[in-house]
Amino acid sequence: MTMSEKRESPLAKAVRETSGVVLAECYQCGKCTAGCPMARYMDLTPNQIMRLAQAGDDAALERLLSCEALWYCVGCLTCAQRCPRQLDPAAVMDVLREMAHRRRKIPAAARKILAFHKAFLATVEWGGRMAEIPLVLRYKMNSGDFLSDVFLGPVMLAKRKLPLLPHRIRGRAEIRRIFATCRKGTRP
Amino acid sequence: MKTLGYYPGCSLSGGGIELDLSVRAIAKVAGVELREIEDWNCCGASAAHSLDHSLAVALPFRVLALAESQGLSEVLAPCAACFSRLKGTQVRLTRSPELGQRMQELVERPYNGTVRILNINEFVASLLAEGLAGKFTRKLGLKVVAYYGCLLSRGEDIVTSDDAEDPQGMAAAIRVAGCEVLPWNSSNECCGGGFSMSKTGSVLDLSQAILDEARAVGADLVVTGCPMCHSNLDMRQLELLKRRRVPGALPILYLSELLGLAAGLEPGALGLGRHFIESRQLVRGGA
Ligand code: SF4
Ligand code: SF4
Repeated sequence: MTMSEKRESPLAKAVRETSGVVLAECYQCGKCTAGCPMARYMDLTPNQIMRLAQAGDDAALERLLSCEALWYCVGCLTCAQRCPRQLDPAAVMDVLREMAHRRRKIPAAARKILAFHKAFLATVEWGGRMAEIPLVLRYKMNSGDFLSDVFLGPVMLAKRKLPLLPHRIRGRAEIRRIFATCRKGTRP
Repeated sequence: MKTLGYYPGCSLSGGGIELDLSVRAIAKVAGVELREIEDWNCCGASAAHSLDHSLAVALPFRVLALAESQGLSEVLAPCAACFSRLKGTQVRLTRSPELGQRMQELVERPYNGTVRILNINEFVASLLAEGLAGKFTRKLGLKVVAYYGCLLSRGEDIVTSDDAEDPQGMAAAIRVAGCEVLPWNSSNECCGGGFSMSKTGSVLDLSQAILDEARAVGADLVVTGCPMCHSNLDMRQLELLKRRRVPGALPILYLSELLGLAAGLEPGALGLGRHFIESRQLVRGGA
């Protein structure tokens, strides 16, 4: 065990155990933020998230778990690719997002994104595969976002891009069991 | 006939069906049999990854275990996101036997780590190595920008066949299809990925920047290998056109569609008629 591991905060420990990232290694060069395509929409930039996570106290954690930025990461892998310390800021954000989700700390601006992820997973849990029509219907129900893109569905059907009936796999009971186990499992 | 495992993934039976049609078509031309993994499930994509780190590994794990038990040692995953999830899981399992043990218990299936996952660029390179170009009959003569986006360029241990900052994995194929590959700066920029519905504004901004540069360097079309990139640049281009944020329509083709056209296949059979931005004029006269 290194010195920095001995002194690490509970947050730093959770981050290290789930993502492998040692927060103390970030030297705040800002390269992750410079290349992040979503940084311009974020209330905290990737390097600011790394800095607050290093602080790791209650005030920092509160700020981190309630920020919108966690939800705006699109998973483009740029930050991890370019970090000169070989850290993965997006993996840190994954850990924090999961914590925020479990504690139901979802900022209003991120609710549509969460609604989409949940609708996506609901279709997978039901039939083993993502199904676009049920996904969009469920997303619209959950997000209240009824008006956008109403014209796209009919166009996609006309272009034969969407199957009318979703395919359900034979192993769907197995998939449901996997979902149930993960739901119960240890989380950050 | 060479056989390759095939993982179409969910989007290839929906919005990304053109990728499925054209990949199957060029495999047939090259004499490669694609054997679909039986009873495959969704890889979980960014939704599982965003909310549950165990689920994000368990779903791809079941796919890998199925492939292995069905005797498929090499599996093509044409969707860039599926490829990244499956190969990323494979890499993590190789690194951590403990994770593998946990997943075998969770998924209740054995997996010995023998499956190799290929992306569309690696698949196309292998077809070229086996002489696909000899079947090309149509001279396309188009100016192309090759767009890799995120998941066909990045991931140090995932996209091992290419350079993250200067990906070239499509260039040779585009050239043998009789097209010119134009240099540009957006080849590995992000299009906004899975936020098409849930944060549409960011997709419009990022996709517009890519389309703007493609037009500025004089491209006739953008070639991609990713169904999310395709949907953002093609379907969301309608919105950009409507709001006059781009001056005109720019066709977006999958790499496999371009190669299918070079092989003389009918545009409709490759799925070109299903795009939002019309692209069939690219081969009119040359057909
Ligand atoms: S690029 Fe790496 S070292 Fe630099 S600020 Fe970001 S996480 Fe820290
Ligand atoms: S992975 Fe997320 S945080 Fe990292 S650069 Fe991409 S959008 Fe930004």
